[in-house]
Amino acid sequence: MSLTAARLRALLPALALAALLAAVFWRQPRAMSYFGLNLLLNLAMPIIFATLAQMMIMALGDLDLSIGPFVSLAATIGATVLPQQPAWGVAALAAAIGVYAVAGALVERRKLPSIVVTLGLSFVWLGCAVMLLPTPGGRSPQWLIDALRWKAPVLPLPIWTACIAALLGHLLITRSAFGTAVRGLGGNAAAMAKAGWSTLRLRATVYAAAGGFGVVAGLMLLGQSTSADANIASRYTLISVAAVILGGGEFSGGRVSPVGAVIGALTMTLAASFLTFLSIAPDWQIGMQGLILIGVLGLRAAIDRWEERA
Amino acid sequence: MNAHGRPWLGSWVAAILAWIVTVAVGHGQGAGDLISAALSFSAFTVLVSLGQMLVISSGPGNVDLSIPSAIALSSALAMIVMNGDNTMIVPGLMVAIVAGAAVGLFNVALIRLLRIPPIIATLSGSMIVMSTAISFGRGLKIKPPPMFSAFVAERVFGLPLLALVALAITAAVWLLLERTVLGRSIAAIGQNRRAARLAGVQVERTRLLTYLICGALAGLTGALIAGFSGGNSLDQGDEYLLLTIAVVVIGGSSVSGGRPCVPGVWGAALLMFMLVAMLNSAGAGPGLRTLSTGVIIIAVIALGGARARGAGKL
Repeated sequence: MSLTAARLRALLPALALAALLAAVFWRQPRAMSYFGLNLLLNLAMPIIFATLAQMMIMALGDLDLSIGPFVSLAATIGATVLPQQPAWGVAALAAAIGVYAVAGALVERRKLPSIVVTLGLSFVWLGCAVMLLPTPGGRSPQWLIDALRWKAPVLPLPIWTACIAALLGHLLITRSAFGTAVRGLGGNAAAMAKAGWSTLRLRATVYAAAGGFGVVAGLMLLGQSTSADANIASRYTLISVAAVILGGGEFSGGRVSPVGAVIGALTMTLAASFLTFLSIAPDWQIGMQGLILIGVLGLRAAIDRWEERA
Repeated sequence: MNAHGRPWLGSWVAAILAWIVTVAVGHGQGAGDLISAALSFSAFTVLVSLGQMLVISSGPGNVDLSIPSAIALSSALAMIVMNGDNTMIVPGLMVAIVAGAAVGLFNVALIRLLRIPPIIATLSGSMIVMSTAISFGRGLKIKPPPMFSAFVAERVFGLPLLALVALAITAAVWLLLERTVLGRSIAAIGQNRRAARLAGVQVERTRLLTYLICGALAGLTGALIAGFSGGNSLDQGDEYLLLTIAVVVIGGSSVSGGRPCVPGVWGAALLMFMLVAMLNSAGAGPGLRTLSTGVIIIAVIALGGARARGAGKL
């Protein structure tokens, strides 16, 4: 098996994750246990699903500036309506996904820039979340808390979640007719329309799917923190974009990698929690995420240049 | 400036309507005070949005997500340099502007060296800048020099001095775009990069300058905000991440580049303030205010505010 530039490029996200894990284990050998890994990667679970949501949108060549506030809203609904009136809670979450689909249809029909529509949506989600929960509080349904505290066999829950999310994402994007259509729309929308696909329905469906992943992320985050806050996931918007790009996705549309996105989400989480494990001041948590992002992208650019020369 | 009529008109009409409604709800009380407050607060929004407008106008995909971190860094540095001392105001402002411009330079270096889209470059760069700002600015409790506080709260003929400063800079940006080679180059590379390059425009140097100016304006704004709010805090710039993009687009500039609209920046900035004032006077809580802002942004865009070629393109 020769190490071609393309293969090296594809392995880069996994290598970055492995390097980070190795650094943590070297300084804290005790982290190399069921409980250590659980602690280290716990926060990644909601970020993985927020990243998959962002990946769906980016597969179309769009960008979602509203996923963070949407995850916050899903958590807020889960902490306020869901425990008291489960039926209304589910209806509210479904309605939020419906609004996502409408936004996707609007982007397609009026040929609007997704960045602006989702920017407006971010205010809509935040506004709804603040109305439901003006001050931090609420309470997660008990089943959700129990589910996220589940001691999974062999490997801790976050690792199972990552594997299952990566597998399902991979099957959805590369093996299903829907996934092929999504990549087609991102790559060449005109060709898809000529081939008889309804680009309107397709874009709406992809936005709804992103909303679905966002709801999963919100409920996981709620189950972990047991109470919610209207701004609980506001940082997820930028983190999810970074994670998709880190995992090898591109802005031009049509080129995404679900496995890479999951690895990217794990890497971004680890980049932040890594410093706490090394007992370095948390001031540099955000900076560390930036450095790792720049490092991986820099290596990728270097591989490209090397390949061009070869 | 724009072939499509007057792209700034919509935001101005909407801002004036919102003002009329607010005044009507308040039975004509405080109509003048409202304008004065709107001008004060819009001054900050306008200053940072002008920079964002230049960046966005330099072509599809160009957008600066590092404005909040540039503001956090420059406001902390400005307060450290000024250290409450009246004689250090000018050096403090200079340091803030240079720090902002340095962030812009850093952004372009990342775009060029890593060959990545500006969104990712400014996003990853901003993470590092933010951490730098945190390590400089944590627990910093330096009050701005008394003369600086007085300056940012000063009024001239009843108008806030800050608004006049913002107006002067707006005029400068307008002159830059309309009357200089650089300004015409920005529009040219934004409309068609390849054609501009073939026509002999220095594409990369022009783009570098838009990011430098954007960073410098964010730096200046950071120092002014710190003076206005009695000291710096790290989250002072957070709202400008999305607000600047919204203001640029609602103001009628094309989000796909090449068509900046200077007067629209004022119209949209005033509109964003007037909307909140109007919803406030109607008794809406903070949640409903935010929700309505979002709905109005989408409505303005959907009703023809944004002219983009092709769905979804950045």
